Amino acid sequence: MDLVTPAIGLVFWTVLIFLILLLLLRAFAWKPILNAVDERNESIKEALAAADKAKEEMIKLQADNDMVLKEARIERDKIIKEARELKEKTISEAKVQAKTEADALVTSAKAAIENEKRNAINAIKNEMANLSVQIAEKILEQELSDKEKQKRLIEDMLNKTNIN
Amino acid sequence: MKRIILLLSAMYLTSMAFANEEPVAEHQAQQEHQEADFDPTEVIMHHISDAHDWHLFDLTDKETGEKHAVSIPLPVILFYKGHLDVFLSSAFHHGESTVHKEEREYALYHNKIYAVTSEGMVFDEHEHPINPKPLDFSITKNVASLLFSALFLLLIFIPMARKYKKGNLVPSGLQGFLEPIVLFIKEDIAIPNIGEHKFHRFLPYLLTVFFFIWINNMLGLVPFFPGGANLTGNIAVTMTLAVFTLIITNTSGSKTYWGHVFAPPVPKWLWFIMIPVEMIGVLSKPFALMIRLFANITAGHIIVLSLVSLIFIFKTVWISPASIVFVLFMDVLELLVAILQAYIFTLLSALFIGLAVHEHH
Repeated sequence: MDLVTPAIGLVFWTVLIFLILLLLLRAFAWKPILNAVDERNESIKEALAAADKAKEEMIKLQADNDMVLKEARIERDKIIKEARELKEKTISEAKVQAKTEADALVTSAKAAIENEKRNAINAIKNEMANLSVQIAEKILEQELSDKEKQKRLIEDMLNKTNIN
Repeated sequence: MKRIILLLSAMYLTSMAFANEEPVAEHQAQQEHQEADFDPTEVIMHHISDAHDWHLFDLTDKETGEKHAVSIPLPVILFYKGHLDVFLSSAFHHGESTVHKEEREYALYHNKIYAVTSEGMVFDEHEHPINPKPLDFSITKNVASLLFSALFLLLIFIPMARKYKKGNLVPSGLQGFLEPIVLFIKEDIAIPNIGEHKFHRFLPYLLTVFFFIWINNMLGLVPFFPGGANLTGNIAVTMTLAVFTLIITNTSGSKTYWGHVFAPPVPKWLWFIMIPVEMIGVLSKPFALMIRLFANITAGHIIVLSLVSLIFIFKTVWISPASIVFVLFMDVLELLVAILQAYIFTLLSALFIGLAVHEHH
């Protein structure tokens, strides 16, 4: 029966000591421990979230990079294409200009040649005329040295000239 | 291998029991008139009861052959006839002498203090003293053990909390062992039973009660100083803890809880049965807590002591291997029981509090 009869003294001391223990542990152990664990959990959560965010940002950044790279490539292609076009255009323009200039040169050369030719012909004509006159003078001198021959010439001339 | 050892020890035990049946009976008959026959019940009851001194060991006087108990004297604090008397328990000389304080005289009889009247000690027909008992607030063995365990808990947990405060958030050492237990109580006992929003208020109590019961269960298993007090197997301690749960449960009872007690959801003509039943339920829950812890721990102590007593009952050292094997087995089991009972007490306290604070049905 003693075993199941609570002793008043032990009840008193248990209440006192347990309450003091509870208050001390609550103030100096449980609250700091639980707060620290909560804080730690919070910081872990934050760190994980930050890592996720960083990862996302990295993916985004990579996507941005890819886009920039792609744009740069397009730009490069465009520039190359434009350069090629410009080159072709320049070449063709140069060709056209060169041809025009060449044609103009040829034309002017031809004109000059024609001119020279005409001049030369004219000069030759004058020369020939002079020569012919000189020859004719010489021949006339020779022919008219003798009377017979003068006669004959006049007759010839007359014969050839049809008097209408 | 284990099975073989168990089987052998069981066979050994039974053969010893049979072999010793007759000689023991004869022995007992012979020793009937001799003094100091071994009484296991008395020894066991003495071990699991509270005491006014902390018994360490016995010394045998070589000349006289008498045994002297060596024990730590503890303060005796008595209220009697309006007077407060304080003295050390060594003044009783293990119950051999009485203590006089002015006109008051006290005697220690079977670890209980009685006031000695002018007629001396008076006994009834069952040999129980009928002398008046002073109000006894002594620092008994259990109170000393209680103080020791409280200090022990403070010395474990306050430095642990300081470690966190210093910024050592990654648990190391003892912190690493205790933190999961603290979190287990928070996350697997408090939150599921009391609820996410209300558990904060009750968590310190649940944590304290868990570690208090556990450490005292463990200290009770240690057979030498500073262990050995059967604190959590004492009805006064388990009653106090159960009353704490009762008070916390009923002072935080919600409308739903009290509505369930005083206006149970049954037809009104049944209320005259149901209200008393519900009120018994309010009291029986902590009552079960009190009995469960007391009975489990006391039973464990009784079994271990009985197994050790076998050696003295059979009066042969040859029984000791069996005793050792079984006591070892029981002690390992008791290690499990120590944490299990702490867990059950905490879990059920949390469950009762949870039922009381629950708002809806």
